[in-house]
Amino acid sequence: MATIYLDGTPYEVEDGQNLLQACLSLGFNIPYFCWHPALHSVGACRQCAVKRFKNEEDQKGEIVMACMTPAVDNTRISINDTEARQFRASIIEWLMTNHPHDCPVCDEGGECHLQDMTVMSGHGFRQFRFAKRTFRNQYLGPFINHEMNRCIQCYRCLRFYHNYAGGRDFNVFGCHHHVYFGRHREGVLENEFSGNLVEICPTGVFTDKTVKQHYTRKWDLQTAPSVCVHCSLGCNIIAGERYGRLRRIRNRYNHEVNGYFLCDRGRYGYEFVNSDRRLRQPMVKAKGTFKPVSKERALEHLATLLNAGNSPVGIGSPRASLEANFALRALVGPERFYLGFSDLDFQLVRAALKILQQGPARSPSLREIGSADAVLVLGEDLTNTAPLMALALHQLVYGNAARAAAELQIPVWNDAAIREIAQDQKAPLVIAAPTATKLDHVAKTTYRASPDEVARLGFAVARCLSHEPVVVEGMAEEEVSLAQEIAQLLRQAKRPVVISGTGCGSEAVIQAAANVAWSLAASNPAAGLSLVVPECNSLGLALLGGQSLEAACQVVQAGGVDSMIVLENDLYRRSKSAAVDDLLSKIEYLVVIDHLASGTTAKAQVVLPAATFAEAAGTLVSNEGRAQRFFQVFVPEGEVQASWRWLRDISRTAGSGDREPWENLDQLVSALAEALPVFQGIQKAAPPAAFRLMGEKIARQSHRFTGRTAMLANITVHEPKPEDDPDSPLAFSMEGYQGLVPPSLITRFWASGWNSVQAVNKFQSEVGGPLRGGDPGSRLIEPEKTEKFSSFDGILPTMKIGSDEWLIVPVHHIFGSEELSTVSAAIAERSPKPYVALNPEDAASLELDEGEKVELALDDGVFQFPSRFVSGLPHKVAGLPVGLPGATTFKLPAVGKVKGAADRAEG
Amino acid sequence: MERPLTRNIRLGKSPLHLKDYEKAGGYQGARKALQTMAPQEVTELVKNSNLRGRGGAGFPTGMKWSFVPMGEDAPRIKYVVANADEMEPGTFKDRFLLEGDPQQLIEGMIIAAYAVQASVAYIFLRWAYKRAAQLLTKAIAEAYQAGYLGQNILDSGFNLEMHLHTSAGRYMCGEETALLNALEARRANPRAKPPFPPVVGLWGKPTVVNNVETLCNIPHIVANGVEWYRGLSQSEDRGTKIYGISGRVKRPGVWELPMGTTIRELLQEHAGGMSDGFTFRGLLPGGASTDFLVEEHLDVNMDFGSVQKVGSRLGTGTMIILDDRTCPVGMVHNLERFFAQESCGWCTPCRDGLPWVARILQGLEQGEGEPGDLEILDRHTHLLGLGHTFCALAPGAIEPLQSALHYFREDFQRHIDDKCCPWS
Amino acid sequence: MLSQQERDEIEAEFPHYEKKRGVSVEAMKIIQRHRGWVSTQAIEEISEFLEMTPDELDGVATFYNLIFRKPVGKHVILVCDSVSCWIMGYEEVRSHLLSRLGIQFGQTTGDGRFTLLSVPCLGACDQAPAMMVNDKLYGNLDPAKIDEILEAHA
Ligand SMILES: Cc1cc2nc3c(=O)[nH]c(=O)nc-3n(C[C@H](O)[C@H](O)[C@H](O)COP(=O)(O)O)c2cc1C
Ligand code: SF4
Ligand code: FES
Repeated sequence: MATIYLDGTPYEVEDGQNLLQACLSLGFNIPYFCWHPALHSVGACRQCAVKRFKNEEDQKGEIVMACMTPAVDNTRISINDTEARQFRASIIEWLMTNHPHDCPVCDEGGECHLQDMTVMSGHGFRQFRFAKRTFRNQYLGPFINHEMNRCIQCYRCLRFYHNYAGGRDFNVFGCHHHVYFGRHREGVLENEFSGNLVEICPTGVFTDKTVKQHYTRKWDLQTAPSVCVHCSLGCNIIAGERYGRLRRIRNRYNHEVNGYFLCDRGRYGYEFVNSDRRLRQPMVKAKGTFKPVSKERALEHLATLLNAGNSPVGIGSPRASLEANFALRALVGPERFYLGFSDLDFQLVRAALKILQQGPARSPSLREIGSADAVLVLGEDLTNTAPLMALALHQLVYGNAARAAAELQIPVWNDAAIREIAQDQKAPLVIAAPTATKLDHVAKTTYRASPDEVARLGFAVARCLSHEPVVVEGMAEEEVSLAQEIAQLLRQAKRPVVISGTGCGSEAVIQAAANVAWSLAASNPAAGLSLVVPECNSLGLALLGGQSLEAACQVVQAGGVDSMIVLENDLYRRSKSAAVDDLLSKIEYLVVIDHLASGTTAKAQVVLPAATFAEAAGTLVSNEGRAQRFFQVFVPEGEVQASWRWLRDISRTAGSGDREPWENLDQLVSALAEALPVFQGIQKAAPPAAFRLMGEKIARQSHRFTGRTAMLANITVHEPKPEDDPDSPLAFSMEGYQGLVPPSLITRFWASGWNSVQAVNKFQSEVGGPLRGGDPGSRLIEPEKTEKFSSFDGILPTMKIGSDEWLIVPVHHIFGSEELSTVSAAIAERSPKPYVALNPEDAASLELDEGEKVELALDDGVFQFPSRFVSGLPHKVAGLPVGLPGATTFKLPAVGKVKGAADRAEG
Repeated sequence: MERPLTRNIRLGKSPLHLKDYEKAGGYQGARKALQTMAPQEVTELVKNSNLRGRGGAGFPTGMKWSFVPMGEDAPRIKYVVANADEMEPGTFKDRFLLEGDPQQLIEGMIIAAYAVQASVAYIFLRWAYKRAAQLLTKAIAEAYQAGYLGQNILDSGFNLEMHLHTSAGRYMCGEETALLNALEARRANPRAKPPFPPVVGLWGKPTVVNNVETLCNIPHIVANGVEWYRGLSQSEDRGTKIYGISGRVKRPGVWELPMGTTIRELLQEHAGGMSDGFTFRGLLPGGASTDFLVEEHLDVNMDFGSVQKVGSRLGTGTMIILDDRTCPVGMVHNLERFFAQESCGWCTPCRDGLPWVARILQGLEQGEGEPGDLEILDRHTHLLGLGHTFCALAPGAIEPLQSALHYFREDFQRHIDDKCCPWS
Repeated sequence: MLSQQERDEIEAEFPHYEKKRGVSVEAMKIIQRHRGWVSTQAIEEISEFLEMTPDELDGVATFYNLIFRKPVGKHVILVCDSVSCWIMGYEEVRSHLLSRLGIQFGQTTGDGRFTLLSVPCLGACDQAPAMMVNDKLYGNLDPAKIDEILEAHA
């Protein structure tokens, strides 16, 4: 701890900080632009000036930049000093000389850091009377709008995009007061994290293009804390609505999980909520066509159906909440509850779960992964399967350099100096995967091989670590020494992490990762094991337990089951079309509860419109094993309700009376925790609905929310009573508590004088640190603290590949492979069409030009797709993108034959 | 009077070839250092000589070298860079040394590199010095051939590679950390200090950056010793200085003179006084980024301490003379427009403050001045001061402005009152 | 496509710099020597050769005023507009050049012969006013001398 004097008063602050951090953490307001807690200090904008005095006697002092000055013991500064105040006002005055003052038409208006800082600095009277410089804007793709004239040259965008996120297609151009931030030519920003520019930019240069199509001011949004549903990491988001449409997604800071950032899939995938494919009314099929019916009618119909037939089986979903899945399980009974995974996912996710439960290696949070000092990735292309984990790993270089810098007395926040020291240093990161990944360029070592070979390498590393003979059958000498090198890297680390997952479709790879982590954990309790799983609640679903889809098929095939309830699941994405067709043809009464029309809903007799994540509350379990609550943002139009409510209503109407008496989410959560003790923790994921602050619920709408009384004036002049929310302590209203709330209930970041997202400072216990009151989420899985573990024996079920055969591996796309996000137009625009990836040498031997059709013969049939050349794919390994909308579902990896398609374009 | 730095230079003639340079006593310093002295001894010697940097800031050279990590644990690669960017308007002294005696610079760099045990040396040369570039290329080749560069130099076991890098423009590149970025082919924004280049410099390695003139002093200090060097001048700052004068004088040019020669002597004796029909009004003593001095300062000694005492800086020691037929506001406008144009665009006060200053001055010149303009200018002279900006460009830029506002305030006021430039 | 000679010249610079991208300013100057200026296409070609992105290279290119990102004429006239030259008669030099060439600063004559640019101090203050045509420095300018120089480049 250090004592610093602020305008004469002593304060204790943490060591190693700069003055800006320290003062903000103490609750003082100092304006700033170029500094950002995740990007650290560079001292460019000069906005954070304060006066520093040499000692008690010094009256004159000198202006210093708070962000570039260490808060060492006995530092004496003044924030209120007249000269410092005038200087800060002048900075704004200069920045404003060229600013267009277009707040009324600027998307940033009302949540603009520049507006806030302008007010904070006190500058108000313009003396600059000359012409402003102007720029032309660029088209940057479907995500980001560009308005360069608003730029205040803080360089944050560049520092985020280039340094933090590793994007290389964006830069600053020009010199002096003509510096331009953009691309060298107009075009789509390629980086997967480009959307963060919207929040990083302190003014309206980069704004959310999707929001523009249904723009709403921040203060007019009804917002609730939520959790991203587009991958298994569980990034925390704030979702905002107005007039019944979901308007946008913003980051919700969680120190342990996503910090300040989101990936573009998470930020822009939300439009599925507003999609034309939404189901908004219950529908009953009569003579082959659907008819919309009322809720009561639908339930009555269901009751007759279900009472007439035998009991239905239920198919759960890894993209539905725990509560919804549990409600289905309760309705159909655990023995008739099937997890809605594909067979392969079923196997892999269960294996992953078992490994995490068994231990001894613990699953680290994203923050812990980002601060690891050695990481081994086995089989995952993280940028595409768990984007924010890739972003976390991108910071390993910085962490490494910061450790070296510490020896030169350079503090971790001196960003430029640390990057100077880092140079082109590689991260202590090894990636072994079938395909090239976007993280490869920061990794110390990469190894490209088939999943089996990746697994074999992992087993060898584990043996090295356990001092067993490394020899794994069939390993080349280089691979043995690679294994030794990796083992060495991990062994020397203080905080090593092993990452793997379901991405390459191999259980052996996951087992190998477990072996490595467990061997490490035997001597280093800090060793972590993180396993990426496919969907937002895959791990939760596996925790719930149940049988596989395959088992359901078998039961159905065996006869005796003629009705089925499918929960938020499109079975055509889980299995081959023919198999699903076959399965559903045997079901007489198919009930599907979902929010989007799909191939599966088309086959149903009854379709019930389910609430999306934005329209209901529930709990998801991330790949870390962290249970996190998402809250309803708004009351949707139509007869849409939470899936669990449909299931409860069915159960009530279908006669079993009061078997499931849940009135609200809390009751359901308690029932779940009681039925399955692993879920005890989810009760702590967020306060119950009865929670009040100063006797009030927490407002979803800001106290500046406008036009409430006029919103429905075209229908009725009576202002309706806000809807009740029985599931949370949040109110659909601006009435309610507006101050600091428990972290899991933060509906928006706002504090007096801080309208922009930078208000998050005020919610943290220290700037850039945990949220006050602890970061949201409740970890459900803590491995047994045992030093004994039984590692997998590493006998590989090697895929047999004939000399004329190829190995076909799955290729994941951040834009395209995930079901819901691709319904959003912006994401769809970035998604590829189906293709076959070949390395150029292999393609040459097939006499293929890029784009020419390839014929793929698999067990499932023969398919044709255009070729795409991907260098770095191992010899005779082809890649097939997974999950693209409308494309066939393959079980990958698979063995097959590849050749030029007979009908490929001649000449 | 001894003129060690320019003793080999003959106006209008090509510089000495290496052989002749050796004959004239060249490479004695390098020989002595590499063959008879330990690296630290060289640094110690330079420290004792009191040599202060000639690039403008006057930082003690030996001290700078002593910050470089030495010994077993020190990084394997270290660099020495000669700052030959010389883009300060009114400054052309380094050009004189570069074109006049390139071997001298190379020898100085070899000794500097030996002292800090650097293995690679760069000459960062401004783009406009085309002739210097040719001469240096030749001189470096000669030095390689004679074994002063390359492996095992003078059988000392010391190795040094030397490269010439010519810039692509921008005054900013002269600032030593911006120079490092420029040399790495990045945008020439300055770097934050600390860390200082001797610890973290070019490509993250320890790097010494010295001005051309500074480095040219080194061979002589090593060859002739500290006592001799100190005897060259009466000034505390020791040694000789290359002074220069431009403007309306009879004989503009550069001269090597003892450190501390008076302005009057320089102006009257060496530059031959004002051109006919022009009267002296003031001068910038050391390049564009120094404060104006006027008549009353003519007897000031041109050394670091004396010039500072009267409110300006020795800077590069090359003076620009303001005469009575030149508008001081116009002159300051020219300067500020230059600085605004050459700002790197990194920090706010410089990037956005200087263009405003320049625009106001342009307005004054065009008769569009308004009451209040001078107050805005005054305000900027405070706001752009040292420590307020990221590097020293803007603080340097406002030096001529603040002093002009002091010494020539009526002239500024007349532009506003008369709504025109009285000189046009 | 970079020509073989351009490639060779760029490659010859590699050993002088610790990093490949350290060559980029040299590379652009080489291209400029051969082609007169550095087009957007050239930026793409060079950046590919140096394993950079065009954005990375162009950020550097546009910082420096002597990397020409627009086409220039056969002869480039760089007129010093800094303080010593200004004192010594820059205005006269300027107006003479503008009227003789019939163009403004930043423009190229219709016949593609001359491009006129202003530059900061050429370090020729003792010969002010000064300018450079292509690589050659001319000092102590007056209208007559300027005419002579222009004629020599006709
Ligand atoms: C904007 C700016 C421009 C500079 N230009 C030059 C220059 O052209 N040549 C030079 O030697 N030093 C220049 N300097 C000073 C250098 O930063 C540095 O102090 C000097 O090269 C160190 O060498 P010395 O210690 O030998 O003087 C400049 C400084 C600033 C702030
Ligand atoms: S004072 Fe600031 S903008 Fe100006 S050159 Fe220095 S860093 Fe760049
Ligand atoms: S925030 Fe400190 S200088 Fe920009």
